[in-house]
Amino acid sequence: MKVLVAVKRVADANVKVRAKSDGSGADLNNVKMAINPFCEIAVEEAIRLKEAGIVTEIVAVSIGDKPCQEQIRTALALGADRGIQVQTDVEVQPLAIAKLLKAVFDKEKPELVIFGKQSIDGDNNQTGQMLAALAGLPQGTFASEVVVADGKVNVTREIDGGLQTVALTLPAVVTTDLRLNEPRYASLPNIMKAKKKPLDVMTPEELGVDVTPRVTTVKVEPPAERAAGIKVASVAELVDKLKNEAKVI
Amino acid sequence: MSILILAEHDNASLKAATLNTVAAANAIGGDITLLVAGSDCAAAAAEAAKVAGVNKVLVADNAVYAHQLAENVSLLVADIAKDYGYVLAPATTAGKNVLPRVAALLDVAQISEIIGVESADTFKRPTYAGNVIATVKSSDAIKVITIRGTAFDAVAAEGGSAAIENIDNVQDAGTSSFVREEVAVSDRPELTAAKIVISGGRGMQNGENFKLLESVADKLGAAVGASRAAVDAGFVPNDMQVGQTGKIVAPDLYIAVGISGAIQHLAGMKDSKVIVAINKDEDAPIFQVADYGLVADLFDAVPELDAAI
Repeated sequence: MKVLVAVKRVADANVKVRAKSDGSGADLNNVKMAINPFCEIAVEEAIRLKEAGIVTEIVAVSIGDKPCQEQIRTALALGADRGIQVQTDVEVQPLAIAKLLKAVFDKEKPELVIFGKQSIDGDNNQTGQMLAALAGLPQGTFASEVVVADGKVNVTREIDGGLQTVALTLPAVVTTDLRLNEPRYASLPNIMKAKKKPLDVMTPEELGVDVTPRVTTVKVEPPAERAAGIKVASVAELVDKLKNEAKVI
Repeated sequence: MSILILAEHDNASLKAATLNTVAAANAIGGDITLLVAGSDCAAAAAEAAKVAGVNKVLVADNAVYAHQLAENVSLLVADIAKDYGYVLAPATTAGKNVLPRVAALLDVAQISEIIGVESADTFKRPTYAGNVIATVKSSDAIKVITIRGTAFDAVAAEGGSAAIENIDNVQDAGTSSFVREEVAVSDRPELTAAKIVISGGRGMQNGENFKLLESVADKLGAAVGASRAAVDAGFVPNDMQVGQTGKIVAPDLYIAVGISGAIQHLAGMKDSKVIVAINKDEDAPIFQVADYGLVADLFDAVPELDAAI
């Protein structure tokens, strides 16, 4: 079967991103960019399904301006077979991203779609569910285990109280949670080989999707700072402070 | 404008996150309808009717909603939502699962995990692990929004007397089915509702050592949490994870033990009223947000704390 994975270019998880002082947006100048960690888990899961003989082709798609091709190449170096970039220079919001991915889904007709559950920049946690709704597909969100068998996929989901397993007809959308797998590193030979793998570029116009934003950002600001605390010298002092100063125990 | 809230419940009772969502609806202002979609869910619906400030409770009681599968519930909510100006749900794993589908079916944006209501169409929400707070304005006719519970004080669970209306609206997408659920049973309070939370990080070294925290938690009536590092290392299950992509907590007291304080963890707990950090590395970033920091080996300090309280 064919699987479609999406990869997003985001600020590296180790970078503490700050609001610009003029409040116009997040300051990404000279910030190291990387593949969104949950997307990396999605790519890894697709590769494992291919290694298990279940998946035959992995298509990695990204939406954004030209630099997002780097993240597609990363996915190709890890083991994806083909890349698609939907070229756009404007900010694309989750609903529009889901519509673009729906158009790619209709062209590619994969039997399984694997996305990260959220990107660590917008923290929206929407795109997989939205694509599933637009395409009329079932979804297994926040997956910690994916088992494909007998024309179905069983997805074990991380829910607030524990785990839930659902059975989905194919095609289906899966979004990844942390414990699904531990992504591998790309080897140097594979990074070189990835440069020769096919990467198609298309535009929202070609896909017939209106990407006009529905939500405008009025301003951004840093969160309220916490006042500096104190160091205590002993457990006894800590307990005393909590009882008599903070009065929380 | 009228507001529809997708109630969070387990058929037998209403979940506390619903009360915070009603509080957010009050901040927006308007008639509030709670939708209880489930199977044999009369008990949850009765609780929903008692919630302060709720005008009406809609009950969709049918086997197709038994496990609140997103495919079926989203069709139901989208069908009802056309009569409302707002559709709200708690930003829990249940709300996050269903509501983006509703938004897509209605062809509107979803505004995720708001922490403030500025006006009828403008909301505050955290981005970049809470390091960039965005004020966003929606141009959609129906506003679909998830609510971060810690940002809105829960309304009273009692005192209301809303009318209950049963609706006969059966939506079965036929594409998904429930297989099983493994829900951890614990006598401790739920992480997101606990007044005190004690969390462990990579410094705990293994899952067995979390017993040290559990013993303190039981004395304080606290919930036990963990950092992503502790979850990644396999010490504890993911539903204990506090952080950007786990649970967001804001208890009266948060005790971070053996947690370095990565930005992803801070995103999940820095709105706690009082923060205590116990870590042997005095340069650990957790101390920058801690009200009380104790530089000590946790394997000495935690048993000592256990004995002292």
